Amino acid sequence: MFLKKIAIATAVSLMGTTAMAAACPDAGRVSIVGNEFPAIQTIGAGASACTGGSVEVSTNLTADHQTINLPGMISSPAEYTSAIIANSSIVALMNDDVIRPLGDLVAAHGADLKPNQLITINGEVMAVAFMANAQHLVYRADVLAEAGVEVPSTYEEMLAAAEKIRSMGLMDNPVGGAYAAGWNLAQEFNNMYLGHGGEFFAAGSAEPTINNEQGVATLEMMKSLSAYMNPDFLTHDSNATNAEYRAGNVALMNMWGSRAATMTDADGVSDAVKDGFAIAGPMTVAGGDTPASTLWWDGFTVAKNISDEDAEATFMAMVKAIEPAILDDDEIAKQAVWLIDGYEPTEAAVGVFAAANSGTIPYPMLPYMGLMHSALGAELADFMQGKETAEQALADVEAAYITAAKEKGFLN
Amino acid sequence: MASKAQQAPLGLRLATYGFIIAWLILAAFPFIWTLWGSFKVELDFFSIADWTNALTGELTKDTHGSSFTGAGYEGAWVKEEFWRSVINTFLVCFFVVVTSLTLGTLGGYALSRSGHNYVFWLLITALIFRAMPPITLVSGYLPPFFAWNLWGYLPTGIIVLVAINQPFTLWMLHSFFQKIPKELDESAKVDGCTQFQAFRHVIIPVMWPGVITTGLFSFLLAYNDFAVTAMLLAKENQTMVPKIASFLGTTQTEGNVMFAVAAVVSATAPLFILVMFFQRQIVSGLTAGAVKG
Amino acid sequence: MKHRTFFWFFAPTALAMLIFIAAPIVSVVLQSFFTPHEAVLIEVENCGPFGCQIETTIDQDATAAIRGEKPLGRFVGGSIYLDRGHLATTEVAAAWRGSDSMGAFFDELGDLPFYRAIGFTLVYTFTVTPLLIILGFAIAVGVNSLHKRLKGLAIFFSLLPFIVTPLVGSLIMFWMIDSRGILGSALQWMADDPTLSLKASTSLTWIMLIVYGVWHSAPFAFVVFYAGLQTVPQDTLESAQIDGASRWQQIRYVVLPHLMPLVTFVALIQLMDNFRVFEPIFGFSAQAHATSLSWIIFSDLNGETRQLSAAATTSVLTIIGVAILLMPVLVRTWRDFRGGAH
Repeated sequence: MFLKKIAIATAVSLMGTTAMAAACPDAGRVSIVGNEFPAIQTIGAGASACTGGSVEVSTNLTADHQTINLPGMISSPAEYTSAIIANSSIVALMNDDVIRPLGDLVAAHGADLKPNQLITINGEVMAVAFMANAQHLVYRADVLAEAGVEVPSTYEEMLAAAEKIRSMGLMDNPVGGAYAAGWNLAQEFNNMYLGHGGEFFAAGSAEPTINNEQGVATLEMMKSLSAYMNPDFLTHDSNATNAEYRAGNVALMNMWGSRAATMTDADGVSDAVKDGFAIAGPMTVAGGDTPASTLWWDGFTVAKNISDEDAEATFMAMVKAIEPAILDDDEIAKQAVWLIDGYEPTEAAVGVFAAANSGTIPYPMLPYMGLMHSALGAELADFMQGKETAEQALADVEAAYITAAKEKGFLN
Repeated sequence: MASKAQQAPLGLRLATYGFIIAWLILAAFPFIWTLWGSFKVELDFFSIADWTNALTGELTKDTHGSSFTGAGYEGAWVKEEFWRSVINTFLVCFFVVVTSLTLGTLGGYALSRSGHNYVFWLLITALIFRAMPPITLVSGYLPPFFAWNLWGYLPTGIIVLVAINQPFTLWMLHSFFQKIPKELDESAKVDGCTQFQAFRHVIIPVMWPGVITTGLFSFLLAYNDFAVTAMLLAKENQTMVPKIASFLGTTQTEGNVMFAVAAVVSATAPLFILVMFFQRQIVSGLTAGAVKG
Repeated sequence: MKHRTFFWFFAPTALAMLIFIAAPIVSVVLQSFFTPHEAVLIEVENCGPFGCQIETTIDQDATAAIRGEKPLGRFVGGSIYLDRGHLATTEVAAAWRGSDSMGAFFDELGDLPFYRAIGFTLVYTFTVTPLLIILGFAIAVGVNSLHKRLKGLAIFFSLLPFIVTPLVGSLIMFWMIDSRGILGSALQWMADDPTLSLKASTSLTWIMLIVYGVWHSAPFAFVVFYAGLQTVPQDTLESAQIDGASRWQQIRYVVLPHLMPLVTFVALIQLMDNFRVFEPIFGFSAQAHATSLSWIIFSDLNGETRQLSAAATTSVLTIIGVAILLMPVLVRTWRDFRGGAH
């Protein structure tokens, strides 16, 4: 299992042998801000269970967490003592220096944590991860069998399979893709670009390096795939793409692992779709070894601008909320690909595990990656509509990124 | 307009009715479609296979055994406790309307009764204030609100909504007050009233048409607001619109769109009652209060 | 009215606006002239569930020192206003020199985010505003002529486009106009083209946004005009009738002049709101085909790395844009004001 391997590889002996079960704090203020999906709701509820006596726990789990977590942690004392974030969004908190190193707290109260849950930046533990996510292949086993094609392991095979399915008249638009202009489209570019072995930035600096052969090849592949998608693909986010799959219009797509467990649960999904539902690891592209996908983790941080007592209380409550015992509940075990000790991967988790085991690159934790992501999201739509050449689109992305990076002080 | 001479010729009446019916269908159709669809499962209402499923409810029948289901309503009201946001919304709306109108009528009246040049510039400044995109304003509020521990409470949201909407309220009431003849309050002043007494005894009784209309818009603004309520209110104080938005899901996770659809229909029902109540004010009250020019 | 009396009447509303609008505007204007300090970057080893990587991060201590000296950031003058994300002076000049025809020049302009947004915003503003005023007026006159008992119902249904939460309203509309939704299918049937998709074509997306804009805002104009119609002086109307004025002449010479201040008001508000169009673009996921200034602000503020200075600059440009746009209406208001002052 990949987690164990990494655990051994990066083991830092932070923990003594005296393992003790996680406990609620005795006193202090805990206030959590985070996204609102079920796994995070579980954690919010777990931390809230520590309320009592002089412990005060409140949660604010909302889709807008990214907009309010920074202002809510900059103030002193911080409104939020903990923010639940992902590898893309921890950067905003790091950039403004509002989260504290957790080394001491981990040593004192982190007996339940596995070393690979600790996110260390420059040698200091800045966050504790509790779940993983990645995009990977979701397909229709029945349709592929009917078309007589193997489960694709590369995007080239996916194109061939799509052509076969279309020419046999099984489906008009067999490929699904969350290609909605903006964040989704940029994320698909990231996946494919990393799969081509591309580098976003020159080493050690914020200079963009995407206008190159790999960038062009990436865009060409995306264009080829879009030919097999619904013509409205530039408006399809992952919700819309899932809906296409559920309706039985799509046989192959790159989709978030966090959604696999509930993919066919919705009311009214036909039996053909339910029975044909299958997942596999992410695909590679252009003969490369690196899968065209990115790895993600979700974890918690502790605010800097709060008293040490509150920080300790927060850390203890959060560790309590992710204690291994929560996995005894089957419903909770299914909610995510947990990084918690004792997690047994469910069937829906095989895609994410395959992604991690096959050397998928984590989404870059760089201060300026968010700017690149926005620039890609805004400038690639013209190319996808055939209004621009790939080179022109990539030049636009770089120009937009450089403008933003200069303004934020990452480039001169 | 009931006099014999005003009776429109048949052709014109038919044309008018035809136009109004066409408009009403256009205006109401999406809502009626939503009302109907709120009793279906998601794959029927947003049916990719065949849009007629939304009418017949094929998949709803497969899942729930009948072509109508209250699952969306049950989920929104019972499971997600939508009623909390309903209470919050009505608190917010009530206080926003009352405060907006109190500040706005005083200000608007003053603007309409003063002939000094600065009145014009005040109006223009208010207008420029309104040009500021609300998202920028809201993101500007966040740091001080967190620092002073004002963030998340209903009164904060209410005050911000009132303030953001003041330019609109002022302009609207100013135009209505201008249509109330100045002779009315001036003669009261000649009779020895102060300006406030003139306002209180002469203007207030005849100002309702404008005030009700402006109040309606203040109400709708507070009712439909997303930018302010989503960003400035804590989860437990949230109004209906951000609550509905939270049913929709995000990139990496599934939402429950049918909860949102059921919630939208539920959110519109009280408005129906309200407008039916208001129509008597608007239709008869307005005409009675109208000023003969 | 005396200055003193005026002051006390006006003070409460002025105070609210000063604190919650004027103060933020000042800070936004300031912010548009300053950018964050240059970040001191260092390479470090980061570890997580998926192993370790060498990554670049911000040297907090070094950056904090610079930040402490000048908390506002770097003063950059107007350079954000002129950069590629905004007025893009360098790029525009290059495009002007580099293109041999006006068409090519405008193509180049359309590639710059600010001009692309302005292009759609202006088309949207100048089609939606007049259309919704005309439609709103027609509805108001129509509803006003209805029987008393029908009026309430008609008012309620007319208001629906305005009161159904735009967030979900646009989601449902977005669904209906999908090539497999009820309206999309109807259009395909009418155009006799089974591949017609409103969402895949730029020009159709624009038309769709404009139709939605008129549909959504017409009720606003309707309610204002309807309330105005209740105050049309009856005796003037009656004397016009006695003079033999036709129905159209009554509307033209009695009703319209009476409603003129309201028309100005609706035009003012709607020009401004349409210039700041955002919700339909967001709701219809139309950003591949159409963007607006408000949309740019939203995307600057919502990214994982928030671009405050860029958003502040676009906000100031929006205010300036609105001021220019409203100039004719304002001049008119000034004349009315001078005329009505005595």
